[in-house]
This record gives sequence, C-alpha cells and structure tokens, in this order.
Amino acid sequence: MTEAPPKIRIRGLSKAFGAKIVLDSLDLDVPGGRGFVVIGGSGSGKSVLLKCILGLIEPDAGTIEIDGRNVLSMNRSQREAVNGRIGMLFQQGALFDSLPVWENVAFGLLARKMMRRAEAKPRAIEILAQVGLGPDVADLYPSELSGGMQKRVALARAIAARPDLIFFDEPTTGLDPIMGAIIDALIVEQVERLGATAFSITHDMASAQRIGNEIAMIHKGKIIWQGPAERIYDSGNPYVDQFVRGMSEGPITMEVRG
Amino acid sequence: MNALLDLLAAIGRSALGLVAAAGSVAVFAAVALSHVVRPPFYPRLLARQMMEIGYFSLPVVALTAIFSGMVLALQSYTGFARFSAEGAVATVVVLSITRELGPVLAGLMVAGRIGAAIAAELGTMRVTDQIDALTTLSTNPIKYLVVPRLVAATIVLPLLVIVADILGVLGGFIVGVAKLEFNPATYMQRTWEFLEVQDVVSGLVKAAVFGFIIALMGCYQGYHSRGGAQGVGAATTNAVVSASILILTFNYVITELFFAR
Repeated sequence: MTEAPPKIRIRGLSKAFGAKIVLDSLDLDVPGGRGFVVIGGSGSGKSVLLKCILGLIEPDAGTIEIDGRNVLSMNRSQREAVNGRIGMLFQQGALFDSLPVWENVAFGLLARKMMRRAEAKPRAIEILAQVGLGPDVADLYPSELSGGMQKRVALARAIAARPDLIFFDEPTTGLDPIMGAIIDALIVEQVERLGATAFSITHDMASAQRIGNEIAMIHKGKIIWQGPAERIYDSGNPYVDQFVRGMSEGPITMEVRG
Repeated sequence: MNALLDLLAAIGRSALGLVAAAGSVAVFAAVALSHVVRPPFYPRLLARQMMEIGYFSLPVVALTAIFSGMVLALQSYTGFARFSAEGAVATVVVLSITRELGPVLAGLMVAGRIGAAIAAELGTMRVTDQIDALTTLSTNPIKYLVVPRLVAATIVLPLLVIVADILGVLGGFIVGVAKLEFNPATYMQRTWEFLEVQDVVSGLVKAAVFGFIIALMGCYQGYHSRGGAQGVGAATTNAVVSASILILTFNYVITELFFAR
C-alpha cells in the first residue's frame, strides 16, 4: 500500500528580508484532507511561510508543490487557477469595506465568473446561513458588524467557492474565548463538510488543538517538530514544551529590543 | 573635509532615491497600462470611479473656475487700464482659462480631493490585507483597483475642464458686464475673436495627462503603503504633493510642445 502524496510539499524554502533570515531552507509535508496547524512564536516565520504558499511573497529559494505541481514556477494565469481552488481566512478578516456582506461572500464566485450577480446573492445568503448568519446581514457593510460576525463572514467568503484547500491565519485573534471556540467549531464543521485540507497558523494552543489533527512547530524559520495534535503536550521536544506551556525559561529566547 | 563628503553623500543618496522612485513609478504605470487592454474588464467599477472622480468633483471645480474667471477679468482690467488696453480683457480671460487656469486649477483641485482619497482607500486596503485578499480570490489587484481609477481619471478630467472653461469664461463675462460695464455682445465677440481650436485642445490634452498623473500617484502611493495608520497618512500626503508637482512640471512640458516657436 503506497502512502498518499502530501497536499502541500515544501522543500528548501528560504526567505530573507535584508540580513534577517525569516525562512531557513524549510521543509514541510502537509497531508491532504486533514486539519494541519503550524504553531510558533511572534517572528518565527509562520506568517511569511503562509504568504509564500499563497503567492503573496516570493521566496528566495525552494519549491512549493500543491497537489504535486510547483506553484512557484507557474505563470500568473496558472497561479490564479490554483488560487481558484483555495480559500483564505485572514487574521483581521480583510473584508472589502466598500462592498456589502453578500458581495464579499460571493466575490470569488463573481470574479471567477462561476455565476451571475442575480444568482450570486441567494447563494451568498445560503453560505451565510452555513456560518450561522441570517439573511438580514447580507445587505449590511462590514463596518456594521461585530468582530465575531466579521470573522464568520470572512469564513463564509473563504468557503464560498468550495475550495479543497483552506488557509487560516490566526483564526481566533481578537475574539473572546467563547467566540474563538465557536469560530473554531465552525471551521472544523465546514472543512469536514467540504472534505478540504485546512492549513492554519496560530499561537493560540487551545485553537490549535481544536482545529488541528496534526501540528508542526516553526522556530527561527525551520520546522523543528511535527506530529499528531494529541502528542503536542508530550512531544519530547524542549522547544515545543516551552512554547505550548508558555514558560519564560527554556531554549527559546525572545528578542527584546529597548 | 569630512563634513563636505557627508554632504555630498547625502545629496547622492537623495538623488539615487529619487531616480529609484521615478523608476518604480514608471514600472507601476507600465504594468497598469498593460492591463488596460487585457480582459477581464470591470465596467461597473469604471462607471463608479467616473462618478466619484468626475461628478462629485464638479462643485469644487466649478466654484474654482468661476471665481478664477471673475478675478482674472478684474485684475486684467485694472492692470491693462494703465496702458489703455482694457479691450483685451475678454481675450486674456478666455486664453488664460482655456490654456492654463482651467486645466491646472481643475488638476490641482482634483489632486487634493481625489488623489488623497485614492491613496487613503488603497493604503487602508493594503494595511488591512484587503489587497492580498483580492489576490487569493483570483483577482488581479492592479486590474481591479488601479486600472478603473486610471482610466476614469484620464477620461473625466478633460470633461471637468470643459465645464471649467465655460464657467471661467462666464465668470469673466459676469464681472466684465456687471462691474466693468462692457457691452455683452462686444465682450462675447472679443472672447471668440482670437480663440483658436489649439487653445482648447491643449487644455484638454493637459487635463487628460493631469488626470492620469493624479490617479497614478494616488494608486502608487496607496498600493505601496506600509505601517498602519501612519503609513496611510504619509501615502496620502505623498500622493497629493507628488501629483501637484508633476502637474506643474507637465504643464510646462505640454505648453512647450504646443506653443513653443
């Protein structure tokens, strides 16, 4: 029996900003159809890793394969076709504040000409219902919504085109613990419903355990541990132990500049 | 000696920075222009921008033009009276408005109003990840955000200048007839007598170039905004200042192209 190829395969990924090395020849395999979480402290490189995978930052070296195809060697239209199968939930939602909620949710469907505007609004209202929002929200603007509601709308936009790979950037940031748990539950429910692969970055350990089947830890631009989520508190790795327990003493030293 | 070297190094750094910025703006403009003719097109966004830049700028451009025409008539009259050339007031007003004041004042007004708004909007979108979100939704941000603004500003500025030309001449006419006691028919005759097509066309060409510059600088500064609210504020200021300077620079260049002997 052969093992399934990874959904995302990263090899030798490097990125530096001036003299600061952010990703240091990073290797990572993300299995398909599961929740995968990358944890790490501030400045560890997890946001840059995510932006490299999404094509928002060009790495200095390395390869990123999605479904076996190196996305870094693709031209713009090929890359847009790959992005058509990807959903992304940004940390602050990144909703378009000039558009009403329903247009935000249906944006990808309209952009890819998957449907006309007349069809898109009822579809957007259906998707909003899947994340627990009523039709009365559809015509509001993002600035009229609470933080939790904005996150739900952002999740609705991320899943609207039925992607098979969804990225989550700190999905619970800025939310109270209860709303964080609700958003995590919605993420798990929607990812399972779509049968998608979920790739998340977070430093919220409670969230990581709720949405991840597998967890990897990034430190100084390298993956230093990867394993099942249930082993995260029993990893045997002193860096992971220090991070997940939130201890100030340990091998990880935080750079503090005065 | 060291102080002199430091001074020269600072001048050199500034010069290099200026050249690099000019190159970066030129590349940005070239990329945006390459997308103007390639689908997908966003007619709904283009129409919205034309309304925003053109229709909503009408009051400020109209007021500026009418008062400029009025003051121009008054100033010309009091100045020309010194050598008994009051009869040239109507001609001076119409040539000044169509060749210079119409396009330049409309350009500077729209730079303040629209250049700042574009930079602030795109800058906010940049720092709140909305521009990255467009990319992840298979939408080219240059095509979606920059091209409609560039095209709309280039089209509507000449239309605004036609309005400014008419109202500027009207302002001069009102002062000329009501205050300086010119005969209305004579004033209008003097207005048309020396006006040539080239005078109006040069103003409209200037307006189109100024519209392009305003949108380009607004988009460029906003698109490359960094560092939260402070970065957006800086982008807004830079957009207005750089557009205003470029408008005045290109005003001379275009005048030279049209009228230099």
